[in-house]
Amino acid sequence: MENLIALLIAAPLLGAAVLLAGGRRLDRVGHWIGTLLSAASFVFGLILFADLLGKNAEHRTLTQHLWTWIPVGGFQADVTFRLDQLSMTFVLLITGVGSLIHLYSVGYMEHDERRRRFFGYLNLFLAAMLLLVLADNYLLLYVGWEGVGLASYLLIGFWQHKPSAATAAKKAFLVNRVGDMGLSIAIMLMFTTFGSFAFGPVLGHTGDTSEGKLTAIGLMLLLAACGKSAQVPLQSWLGDAMEGPTPVSALIHAATMVTAGVYLIVRSGAIFNAAPDAQLAVTVVGAVTLLFGAIVGCAKDDIKKALAGSTMSQIGYMVLAAGLGPIGYVFAIMHLVTHGFFKAGLFLGAGSVMHGMNDEVDMRRYGGLRKYMPVTFITFGLGYLAIIGFPGLSGFFSKDKIIEAAFAKGGTEGWILGGAALLGAAITAFYMTRVMLMTFFGEERWRNQPTRSPEAPSAEPAAETRGEHTEPHPHESPKVMTIPMIVLAVGSVFGGAFFSIGDRFLNWLEPVTGHSEGDSPLSAATVTGATMVCLVIGVAIAWAQYGRKPVPAVAPRGSLLTRAARRDLLQDDFNHVVLVRGGEHLTRSLVYVDHTLVDGVVNGTAAGFGGMSGRLRRLQNGFVRSYAVSMFGGAALLVAATLLMRAV
Amino acid sequence: MNPVNYLYLAALLFTIGATGVLIRRNAIVVFMCIELMLNACNLAFVTFSRMHGNLDGQIIAFFTMVVAAAEVVVGLAIIVSLFRTRHSASVDDASLMKL
Repeated sequence: MENLIALLIAAPLLGAAVLLAGGRRLDRVGHWIGTLLSAASFVFGLILFADLLGKNAEHRTLTQHLWTWIPVGGFQADVTFRLDQLSMTFVLLITGVGSLIHLYSVGYMEHDERRRRFFGYLNLFLAAMLLLVLADNYLLLYVGWEGVGLASYLLIGFWQHKPSAATAAKKAFLVNRVGDMGLSIAIMLMFTTFGSFAFGPVLGHTGDTSEGKLTAIGLMLLLAACGKSAQVPLQSWLGDAMEGPTPVSALIHAATMVTAGVYLIVRSGAIFNAAPDAQLAVTVVGAVTLLFGAIVGCAKDDIKKALAGSTMSQIGYMVLAAGLGPIGYVFAIMHLVTHGFFKAGLFLGAGSVMHGMNDEVDMRRYGGLRKYMPVTFITFGLGYLAIIGFPGLSGFFSKDKIIEAAFAKGGTEGWILGGAALLGAAITAFYMTRVMLMTFFGEERWRNQPTRSPEAPSAEPAAETRGEHTEPHPHESPKVMTIPMIVLAVGSVFGGAFFSIGDRFLNWLEPVTGHSEGDSPLSAATVTGATMVCLVIGVAIAWAQYGRKPVPAVAPRGSLLTRAARRDLLQDDFNHVVLVRGGEHLTRSLVYVDHTLVDGVVNGTAAGFGGMSGRLRRLQNGFVRSYAVSMFGGAALLVAATLLMRAV
Repeated sequence: MNPVNYLYLAALLFTIGATGVLIRRNAIVVFMCIELMLNACNLAFVTFSRMHGNLDGQIIAFFTMVVAAAEVVVGLAIIVSLFRTRHSASVDDASLMKL
């Protein structure tokens, strides 16, 4: 059974190789090859899952050693895969949701002439992500980690003819590199501390290592997670990543990429458990990001960017839970899985709306679409109910557990973190209701819109004749797109209940991550009640603002906070002022120091010697007698010195 | 006679030779002064040899004579050819080796 593990990765990798190397003759069938191989990987995953379920909880770890990658003295890097309950969960999520997104893309990318290449990249993405979660040591994990970065770069910049997409891809790659540095430093620290970077030796020996070192490793891992999972302060790439085709956004946000950071933290749980300071940093990052993303999501009019803000916020919940230690690990992963369902569904729904609306993304030009796109409306609506935590749906179970766990942290921290999580739940309800109302309810604002840019009336006739900005004709998407949405909607509805009833998910993951209840100052029912109150408040405010009154087609100026949130809470301005300008000043001052000080010393030495030899040259006057004098003087000096030495 | 007196003589001769080398311009005279210094050295060697009762100094004196003879051959040839080209035996006139 172990031998199947390599096949999990091999199938999509083969797909990527065939599709990218196969050339144009595969253009007609390429998308089905990619989808089939992705589905094959899912089937292998299911077989392995059935195998694991048939074993006792203690024996649910399979390892497959392929070959020794780098054997250099004490430095031993193996290509070994490890399939345990944690990796299994991820494998099913990645391949399952990934396959659905593949299927959806068949329809969504139908008119794109580079569709074959798109599927090649999608398969590469899955292969890299599977390698990441199946690796048995941090170095192999790093390979997958970088592969995910590469695939995300290729996919975000897939429409590379758009400069904005090319820039967004570069931005995602560069911001991710910052996080990658954290991971590589963490791996080096592990090697110097433990003499190994395989999971077994590293995670098994955290007890006999100084807390300082573990804190350093933990903080570096957190930096890595921040980069991949778009957590503050490395969150700025996520919004721009919406430049990629919508299935890519779904893939990045639900199944791959952003979940990698949560995986890394949960997988390295033993390190964080032994380093409370690093753990505290994780919770702070999670809490800050969940509010940050939620606030950004409230202000965006671009449907995909609003969803991106929501992803950032939901991943913030997971990171927060992962930072709580054994109280939260299981719930972080549970929320990750349920989020995988509903966020993929929401993104695919958004893609379906865009598909029917001439690729319009501005929600102020939507409205009343529920009549025209019933399937999209229902699936998107179920995803919406799931994400805000409507009782009985997925998000209700998983998010509620995280909020409870945050309170169970205890002390002042518990109150602050729990409060932040509750506030986040209210804001989530607000912005998701806003998205829902602006898209599917209200007036049909897409009718009679003259042009995309009302402030430039001169462009109007040209735009009309090109037919680009004429009135869209909203229509339901083809079956190949709606079926994945329906499947995901079913997952969004029943996933949480399925996992929670009888603590199925908890019992499944506990052997890997461990679990403790913590002691909450509030009863579970109180927390649930508070969450419900927050939910109702959020929905009510959104209804009052966007449901009762018509939505203006041009965004009002808004308050200071709204305007800041529209600019992603000034994240880019901050990066520009602090990092770009700061970097420029730093390099400029370094260049100045180099030119004046370093070059000054070198040039000064050279000039000094030059001037001195110019003066010494005068001694060379050609007169034999003056040479004789210097010889005589020298000889006399030598004799005098000899005599002096002898006298002493 | 006290051998130290020979050393005084050698020192005197050497001083005269050195002074001549430093202050005279005529190449022939400079040359003769060099010979004078060499011979002053020879005298000192021989005297020391006598004083210490071994022959090392005398052997070195022979070496000096051989070297001096060779040097005379080369030196005189240079002086003669110098005189031929510039009709002067002044060492200050031959100051071309400078920048």
